Amino acid sequence: MTSLTSVKREIVLFSGLGLFLALIFFQMGTAFSLRMLIEAACYAIIALGLTIQWGYAGLFNTGIMGFIAVGGFFTVLISFPVNDKFWNSDGPAELGVVGLYLLAGIAITWAVSKSHRFGFPKKLVTFLTVLTFAISYLVVISALEPAADKIESGAGFIGGLGLPVFAGWIIGALGAGVVAYYVGRICLGLRSDYLAIATLGIAEIIKAVFKNADWLTQGTLTVSPLPWPVPTPNDIGFVAARAGYLTVTAIIVVVILFFLQRAYNAPWGRMMRAIRDNEVSSSAMGKDVNKRRLEIFILGCMLMGLGGAALVTSTRIFDPSGFLPLNHTFLIWVMVILGGSGNNLGAIFGAIFVYIIWTISEPMAILIFEAVKVYGNDWFGWQAPSDLMARALQMRVFVIGLTITLVLRYAPQGVLPEKVIHHG
Amino acid sequence: MALLEAKGLYAGYGGMNILNGVDAVIDADEIGVIIGANGAGKSTLLKAIFGLLHVSQGTVKLAGKDITNMAPDKLVRAGMAFVPQEQNIFPSLSVEENLEMGAFVRRDDFSHLIEQIYGYFPDLAEKRNQPAGELSGGQRQMVAMGRALMIEPSLLLLDEPTAGLSPRYMNEIFERIIAINKTGVGVLMVEQNAKQALAIAHKGFVLANGRNRFTNTGEALLNDPEVAKSFLGG
Amino acid sequence: MNELIFFFNKVIVAGSVIGSIYAMGAIGVTLVFAILRFAHFAHADLMTLGAFFSYILVVAFPELGGFVGLPTGFVVLPVAMVLTAIFAIGLDKTFYKPLRDKNVKPVVIVIASVGVTLMIQGVIRLFAGTTSRNFFSVDGVAGKDIFRIKLPFEAASRKIFITEPQILLFIFLILAVGLLHYFLTRTRLGKAMRAMSDNPDLARVSGINTNVVVWTTWIIAGGLAAAAGTLLSMDVILKPDLSFNILLPIFAAAIVGGVGQPYGAIAGGFVVGFAETLSVFNWAILLRPFRDSIPEWIELPSKIAFVPTEYKIIVPFVLLIAILVWKPTGIFKGKVL
Repeated sequence: MTSLTSVKREIVLFSGLGLFLALIFFQMGTAFSLRMLIEAACYAIIALGLTIQWGYAGLFNTGIMGFIAVGGFFTVLISFPVNDKFWNSDGPAELGVVGLYLLAGIAITWAVSKSHRFGFPKKLVTFLTVLTFAISYLVVISALEPAADKIESGAGFIGGLGLPVFAGWIIGALGAGVVAYYVGRICLGLRSDYLAIATLGIAEIIKAVFKNADWLTQGTLTVSPLPWPVPTPNDIGFVAARAGYLTVTAIIVVVILFFLQRAYNAPWGRMMRAIRDNEVSSSAMGKDVNKRRLEIFILGCMLMGLGGAALVTSTRIFDPSGFLPLNHTFLIWVMVILGGSGNNLGAIFGAIFVYIIWTISEPMAILIFEAVKVYGNDWFGWQAPSDLMARALQMRVFVIGLTITLVLRYAPQGVLPEKVIHHG
Repeated sequence: MALLEAKGLYAGYGGMNILNGVDAVIDADEIGVIIGANGAGKSTLLKAIFGLLHVSQGTVKLAGKDITNMAPDKLVRAGMAFVPQEQNIFPSLSVEENLEMGAFVRRDDFSHLIEQIYGYFPDLAEKRNQPAGELSGGQRQMVAMGRALMIEPSLLLLDEPTAGLSPRYMNEIFERIIAINKTGVGVLMVEQNAKQALAIAHKGFVLANGRNRFTNTGEALLNDPEVAKSFLGG
Repeated sequence: MNELIFFFNKVIVAGSVIGSIYAMGAIGVTLVFAILRFAHFAHADLMTLGAFFSYILVVAFPELGGFVGLPTGFVVLPVAMVLTAIFAIGLDKTFYKPLRDKNVKPVVIVIASVGVTLMIQGVIRLFAGTTSRNFFSVDGVAGKDIFRIKLPFEAASRKIFITEPQILLFIFLILAVGLLHYFLTRTRLGKAMRAMSDNPDLARVSGINTNVVVWTTWIIAGGLAAAAGTLLSMDVILKPDLSFNILLPIFAAAIVGGVGQPYGAIAGGFVVGFAETLSVFNWAILLRPFRDSIPEWIELPSKIAFVPTEYKIIVPFVLLIAILVWKPTGIFKGKVL
């Protein structure tokens, strides 16, 4: 494919998307469409994170929701108003004590694990290390439990620090990066299947913690309303506020896109592609494949954390039980592989297009099933089950799965293929 | 009629030809040896004959029947067996199970064949219940050849059967190849140890850049000063 | 004494039950890993689907159990296993084989298997909604028998609890493992399966019909998945999101046991199962008998558990990470993919 036709293709696809958007603005109203676009822009940031992991480095991340949740959590922690009730109670002191126990536990365990230097036999050291770890772990959690209970019954939860929202987003991205560092260190040396399994696990754990640690996140009670980086609808009305928010997210997307495009064509990007396309020869050329992969995995997860922070902030509510690990993660996968993996514009196109379809598929699915219900009753006397609407929405999960398998089989390059020549 | 008749073969990887019209013909009771420099296309020729690589031009016939680009499992049923150079055993299966796997396409009783192969390779008989992965390099090569012989092939393809073996095992493998050939099995093999291989060969094929450079009897090639200079190390 | 019986019920029985379920799932995962070289993410949903097949059969023929005096769900199990096996082969033919034939990277097939898992989930919830179902409330014959075993000791007033589905599960697992062992070591096809796991190229060169081996793999994996799903739902309850909490533990079990090692998968299943029950067990109960002999200044907490129940998902993950860090080949020296 020459670059001219690929530019044409981009123009055609994005103009089509523009027309589609105009139609939705006309049909559904400005406020609705703006909200949809804000969320699409947040998904675009997340999809860019995934497209560099998958498209540049061939890494299979099934835990995107976990990284989004981490981004959202840190936003809450940093930017939510200070909970004076918590800070005036014994809570901070008790948590401080738990923290001290934790540090002491780590120090003692570490010291024991190094005790073979004093001539202790290796097996004994391993046993003692595990034993001290178990004891200090038990001490810490048994100290945490009453403290957590007290916070929950008194102040509710620890609240935030009341700092600017952007600080929350940045810390959210960094937090996701730290989690990615540890997961990546362990799994990136092995085949990609292990990374897929481990990221799925870490996402489940992150969700379990946020959902159950009420003292930290209010759990199923959710935290809201989250502060916005721009004036909120309460201040200036829906349209103006959402337009402001959209501007912020759109600028972030453009800035990220600019840097990613530069990096892609820079030596760093070339090296990444070389590693992806031919791991063996790149490692033979003396490139530290695992270190490079770790870099890109962390970078991608940071973008996911940032996008997640922006997404959670835009909805103004942090609801840990709303993060469905596998289903929502693969909405983002559809965005990336449909748009064209390894092509940043493709990821943005895919994010906006798929998110619009996802949003309007909800009323559409309900419409279709309403019709099925009515005609089924009229023609066959069929009694629809009462939870038919909930079931109708489940069909969307089926459609995600079907789209993934079909695209992989029939159009593995996506609608905007990567612009490099593949070998083999 | 020739047992194997490969004429004008073109084949390669990813659109790039490595073989550019190679011929190889051997008769039923012959040993054919393919020699040549690295990258001349020796192993590629074996793989193309055995259907592991797509032949874009040319024909391969086995006993007069066209077998060009036939799938390996069909070729096995047609009586052709192949021993790859590397990873040519099932390491976690026992020696005997390796031999049984060689006979996968047979539905008759083949226990006498297993005993016959233990006769060829007495080393294996005592290790029959040991995982093949625990054996020494030479013994593994014996397992690999034994596995291939389980279909009682009319043609045996061997890819560098003596690569990396000690002189003791190398001689033993060559002796066994002669013995196997004496029972009426045609052999076509690629060899790095060109002198010893040509010494037992009825036919020799010297390849260069994917083409036949010299083709003659093994003895004639050994005595050809030009072959000796360029391919037999002086 | 009563405390020990409590421990036995909560840890030994519960751990063996969930361990058996994980083991059956992990055998399938490990065989697919060994023969087809990818992590099959749809495996847990194959379990759910198999359980639904059984449930539909029980609804259709509720009296069947009466003829043999066993729960109907167990009697129809072989049919459900066959159906699930056929379904698994169908999945392979429709979704995985076309990708294999195109020689894509293994990870692409892994992604496709996640697509498949989402499709199965969507279909199950479309037809079954999100409500839980009880096998025994549709069974025309038997209720769930619960055996309470009194130990012949004076001090033991507490009883050992074990249910009929649990006993059937253990019997089924022992039979299945025995048959699998016979199949893999004594039959031509079973040996071919091990051969293909060892060296797929050589298997092809030897004339082994790789398609037949692939089908056999799916038959075993699908059949065991259906059995595990059905027996678990009979013991607890049939939920459409049954698979949710099972996927990670069965992957962990397969990797802990050593990828490609069916016996390792069984061991791994029990390791993960017991690790779960041991870490959520309240150890304070075992200390209670010694209450009086402990000096007064030590205050015994009422609850000493390593992991609160709601964080149980952490246990298989920690095991998985630990094995990846220290011994990636697993306890039975499997492959590292």
